[in-house]
Amino acid sequence: MEKNGVGSLETELRLGLPGGGEVEIKNEKKRDFSDFYGGGENRNQVVGWPPVAAYRRKNVFTGGKMYVKVSMDGAPFLRKVDLSMHKGYSELVKALEELFGCYGIGEALKDEEEKCEYVPIYEDKDGDWMLLGDVPWQMFTESCKRLRIMKRADASGVGVHAKDLLKALSKEE
Amino acid sequence: MAYSFPEEVLEHVFSFLSSDRDRNAVSLVCKSWYEIERWCRRRVFIGNCYAVSPDIVIRRFPEVRALEMKGKPHFADFNLVPEGWGAYVHPWIRAMSEAYPLLEEIKLKRMVVTDESLELIARSFKNFKVLVLSSCEGFTTDGLASIAANCRNLRELDLRESEVEDLSGHWLSHFPDNCTSLVSLNMSCLGSEVSFSALERLVARCPNLRTLRLNRAVPLEKLPNLLHRAPQLVELGTGAYSADIRSDIFSNLAEAFSVCKQLKGLSGFWDVVPAFLPAMYSVCSGITSLNLSYATIQSPDLVKLVSQCRNLQRLWVLDYIEDSGLEALAASCKDLQELRVFPSDPFGAEPNVALTEQGLVSVSEGCPKLQSVLYFCRQMSNAALVTIARNRPEMIRFRLCIIEPQAPDYLTLEPLDTGFGAIVENCKELRRLSMTGLLTDKVFEYIGNHAKKLEMLSIAFAGDSDLGLHHVLSGCKSLRKLEIRDCPFGDKALLANAAKLETMRSLWMSSCSVSFGACKLLGQKMPRLNVEVIDERGPPDSRPESCPVEKLYVYRTVAERRADMPGFVWMMDGDKALAFS
Repeated sequence: MEKNGVGSLETELRLGLPGGGEVEIKNEKKRDFSDFYGGGENRNQVVGWPPVAAYRRKNVFTGGKMYVKVSMDGAPFLRKVDLSMHKGYSELVKALEELFGCYGIGEALKDEEEKCEYVPIYEDKDGDWMLLGDVPWQMFTESCKRLRIMKRADASGVGVHAKDLLKALSKEE
Repeated sequence: MAYSFPEEVLEHVFSFLSSDRDRNAVSLVCKSWYEIERWCRRRVFIGNCYAVSPDIVIRRFPEVRALEMKGKPHFADFNLVPEGWGAYVHPWIRAMSEAYPLLEEIKLKRMVVTDESLELIARSFKNFKVLVLSSCEGFTTDGLASIAANCRNLRELDLRESEVEDLSGHWLSHFPDNCTSLVSLNMSCLGSEVSFSALERLVARCPNLRTLRLNRAVPLEKLPNLLHRAPQLVELGTGAYSADIRSDIFSNLAEAFSVCKQLKGLSGFWDVVPAFLPAMYSVCSGITSLNLSYATIQSPDLVKLVSQCRNLQRLWVLDYIEDSGLEALAASCKDLQELRVFPSDPFGAEPNVALTEQGLVSVSEGCPKLQSVLYFCRQMSNAALVTIARNRPEMIRFRLCIIEPQAPDYLTLEPLDTGFGAIVENCKELRRLSMTGLLTDKVFEYIGNHAKKLEMLSIAFAGDSDLGLHHVLSGCKSLRKLEIRDCPFGDKALLANAAKLETMRSLWMSSCSVSFGACKLLGQKMPRLNVEVIDERGPPDSRPESCPVEKLYVYRTVAERRADMPGFVWMMDGDKALAFS
């Protein structure tokens, strides 16, 4: 798998609307050390590992700012969002909803699974597309290269369950 | 006998005692010495803000001029303490604004400070001189403006690593034109750009300025302006260390550095463009402290710089330095006492740099004065740890973080018990230890048997059973702070060693196996401990008593139960079965 270093520029020329096309989503969880508990109900999100102080994490590369591109299927323009401005998934989802005027990415997921037309996913450092919400927030901000709000209909691969984003969102309330 | 010396004489003698331990000892001699001492104690250090209350402090020490205090437990640095847990300084400021009008110094660490508190400080203490806010949060640049505007004799304003809501850089312009008293200014944690001309004028009119730590937004091209106005600087934190590569910028910078003959410490170095590093070479021979932990440059550039600093005593650097760079460090810097190597890519699955245990071994071999280590790496062996221990028996602080939890000795696949055992056995002066990697109860047996001067121990993903915890609590005579996460330690060791906890400042246990029932029992047995259950899953008694709590924070205290607990903290009281906040 090709690794893109931090700061590499990806210029993609496409015909047609950005964000279109099929994307295979890997539902296997990234190795976030919670493997130690073998999954299950009482799975603890492994926060704060490795023990690098929050202040240091924010400041090493990015000047504290973490701008990533966000594309939404059907929208003609990409936007950018600063991940460092948000403290967790629920804040981010709210910001995305406001950016695109698409309310329901987070809300619909809470009320009824599978009802929401859109699913938020992100591309990580390894180039894999991941469902938002699996890993602890800090880990996500470090590994997220860009975001995409995808039409559920376009997702192939293992069933995309909103449960996990739901769990992450509800933990933050 | 006590009456043969007049009070004034005793007071004069006591004025030579600066250490808290000495003053505490003096207070215990007899009642009159206690009285005399308490009236002349000027500095108070409170290691845990909840161990005592403002009223108690003020009642005992009516003439305090300097307060130093710490709030949240250390693991708050790693987001393990939920937001809103506590450590609010305002009640202290309120009480002191009435009781200590002559207060001069406030130094806080991991506390929540508001603009209201800063405004109250600015208004209440006419002779206020020193404000140090280390890893604090809750205030904005508006609060800083109050301090700048009103504290006529301000000497130190140090915001190290605090999280400040940065509304604008305008606060700096609030220092009045007749403020000439600054000795130390650390604004490195702020994001916004301050008015450069205001900064320039401030620096120029403060002849005693010794420490200046700029923030990232101060451009490199303008740094010479500041250096020329403060050639007496001893510690400098640069802003971003990058600019367009132009010879005039370089020569101006080099000339400005050459004027600063007293420089001993350097930090900052965000966004480093290596071409500008040689501009600093003229000061390198005098440098004793170098913080390159934000400098994302590669090993060859790091080595070139570090090898110029022959008198280096402290180096903080990213793991870009690699084993080869550490070998060069070991060869050049024979006075090195403290080394901290931080990870450039802590969440990456694969190593991105050639830094292994070998780098640390080289430094332990080449630097005879090495006593303090913080090292992040991805592999370790017992052999390496044994070598390090034998090389440096005078080690005082040893913090090793192997990034993968429970990583074994990569050569033998065994636990790292032997290696850490060698550390505690050889390093008899060891005061602080952080361990990672695959560790069994055995290592805790070694620690309990040998680490007699150990004061602070941090453990993660280690041990097999309660026996491990029992070894530590029963063996480590000098233990003051113990912080544990993700270890299979439960009720037995904790309850069996309950009395030990009163001899310590605090104990933190998260993601362990301590049951709610045991927490209740501990709270009942030990009235002089605060036993806080921190659990975001809702009330602990909505689950079985045997259910482990998420987080446990135990600390000794003489204060009443704190009144500022949020909804996810439950205090295990003695008198009630369960008390809700």
